[in-house]
Amino acid sequence: MSRIKSTIDALKAEGKKALIPYITAGDPQPSWTEDLMHCLVDSGADIIELGVPFSDPMADGPVIQLACERALKHNTSLSDIFDIVRSFREKNTDTPVVLMGYLNPIERMGVDAFLEKAAESGVDGVLTVDLPPEEAEIFAPKVAAKGMDSVFLVAPTTTDDRIRSICKHSSGYVYYVSVKGVTGSAALSTDDVAQKVANIRSIADIPVGVGFGITDAESASAVAKVSDGVIVGSVLVNTIKENQEDLSGIKDKLGSVLSSMRQAMDA
Amino acid sequence: MGAEANAKFTEQFLSTLPSDTGHFGPYGGRFVSETLFAALNELEAKYRELKNDPEFVKEFDKDLADYVGRPSPLYFAERLTKEVGGAKIYFKREDLNHTGAHKVNNTIGQALLAKYLGKPRVIAETGAGQHGVASATVAARMNLDCKVFMGAEDVQRQALNVYRMKLLGAEVEAVTSGTNTLKDAMNEALRDWVTNVDNTFYIIGTCAGPHPYPMLVRDFQSIIGREARAQCLEKEGRLPDALVACVGGGSNAIGLFYPFICDEGVEMYGVEAGGFGIETGQHAAPLCAGQPGVLHGNRTYLMSDQNGQIQGTHSVSAGLDYPGVGPEHSWLKDEKRANYVSVTDDEALEAFRRLTLVEGIMPALETSHAIAYAIKKAATMKSDQIMIVNLSGRGDKDIHTVAGIDGISI
Repeated sequence: MSRIKSTIDALKAEGKKALIPYITAGDPQPSWTEDLMHCLVDSGADIIELGVPFSDPMADGPVIQLACERALKHNTSLSDIFDIVRSFREKNTDTPVVLMGYLNPIERMGVDAFLEKAAESGVDGVLTVDLPPEEAEIFAPKVAAKGMDSVFLVAPTTTDDRIRSICKHSSGYVYYVSVKGVTGSAALSTDDVAQKVANIRSIADIPVGVGFGITDAESASAVAKVSDGVIVGSVLVNTIKENQEDLSGIKDKLGSVLSSMRQAMDA
Repeated sequence: MGAEANAKFTEQFLSTLPSDTGHFGPYGGRFVSETLFAALNELEAKYRELKNDPEFVKEFDKDLADYVGRPSPLYFAERLTKEVGGAKIYFKREDLNHTGAHKVNNTIGQALLAKYLGKPRVIAETGAGQHGVASATVAARMNLDCKVFMGAEDVQRQALNVYRMKLLGAEVEAVTSGTNTLKDAMNEALRDWVTNVDNTFYIIGTCAGPHPYPMLVRDFQSIIGREARAQCLEKEGRLPDALVACVGGGSNAIGLFYPFICDEGVEMYGVEAGGFGIETGQHAAPLCAGQPGVLHGNRTYLMSDQNGQIQGTHSVSAGLDYPGVGPEHSWLKDEKRANYVSVTDDEALEAFRRLTLVEGIMPALETSHAIAYAIKKAATMKSDQIMIVNLSGRGDKDIHTVAGIDGISI
């Protein structure tokens, strides 16, 4: 059983929902990322989405674009990120780590080499924003062969036929993009999310994480009620940006934002 | 190129490209986030329905004739030919189109699609500003809201076109992320589209991006090659020996090349921006010096570093300053059906001046790359051979850039 599945199953048994924070690896500098990952876990994270910085993150809003730019100023590469995850795993063997990024850096390394190193370093899942299932016929089975999960996106515009196909290619969870827009977009509508998540569940038996537009404890709690997991990114990345000179400052603020979401979700 | 190598380039084979999934061999495809799939599927279905619809075809042809001014002439450059002393050089005069470049052929087509899809708002990305102007122009005429994304650096060096777009009623957003050039403008346009996908049509300016855009743009621009082929047959009684066009994203080149792909014996040369020289790394020549990768929705040759990050590009011409290229060009390169070469900023500037003095035609700096290579290539050809160069745009927009290089402020 994958670490993602066992994590989500265990939460379900406790009647809880997964809290899935996103940060960009290497932001504001690579040597801080592992510390921040532990901080996320200590503040209530169940799964960590670790962003792989890309020069042209076209599905992301300005907050994550700038995080990528900060990370790339330090030339944060996939190899650096594998080192970070490997080091994280020495202290934490429970919390799943999903790499989230774009296809070109993976292809430049070579898909096989990427998956080999990802699995070896302790990565549990891969979410490639610009790789739809249609283009992943070769990629997704290779991810599975390495014992990792493939996470794909479902959007408000996704038809039922596509939901079926996306869920067939996905394992671990699917990522429902709650609003039409880029990461860090305007507030989501909980009613719309509830309806769409119910629709996805009626089509496929896979946990549904919801992201985009979750900014505070209130929206996290509302989304947790209608889904299996709450994915939160831009608000955390913004916290990192505002405290980028000060590691302990980032950890304090990051911890308090995430803890408040955890408490609201578990209440 | 031998007969054997060309046997596969039949009309029937070409009709299978792109495939139903938008691939040209290993290139092309649809590498976008999920939210855009529904819009891309809708666009593809509508286009496949309309492309053979006599009403749509009639409206497109009428606009090209009466609004754009087609057919554009095939002009024999007699004086340049004499000076160069090789092949007969013909220019396909896309610079004489309304708005001054080939770009308008495509924006007319895509704006018509927007109308048939009932989208009241169009967006576009632009480098040199020619596609932005062409988009703003058709939006004005068809009463569509128009927003153009342009890299902040390009806004500076193409101030004239920025003002033209504003006069045409478009909103111009200066994009300040990444390298502040065309690729960043395209990122920003994709972000806008994903956010406003319900009421917005994205008019992509080149034969790149997710399927069906490379196919759409090729089809709309192919009027260039179809006309050139017929005009050459009429004037010379035979097909040309060589075609030359500049390649940024590659829309004017694919427009000229496509109707000739099955014509054995017609060599094709796509000319990329060599910038300060390929060896300096400061260029925009992915086909000459890059490798396959994925950017902006398609798999194609790209300029990216060893970590897969997209590299900054350099060209004196904003319109060629792009790290990727249309996927069909990547396919033509691998199939060895077209040749891709580069010329430097300096060579392009020299060609700009020479054509202006010798033929009284001031080409765009993008086009000047094609001219520079054409002059070199024609000199190696025989006097009974024929070359067609796509004169893709006029150079008025570049006068400030050239004057600046001359140390003159206008």
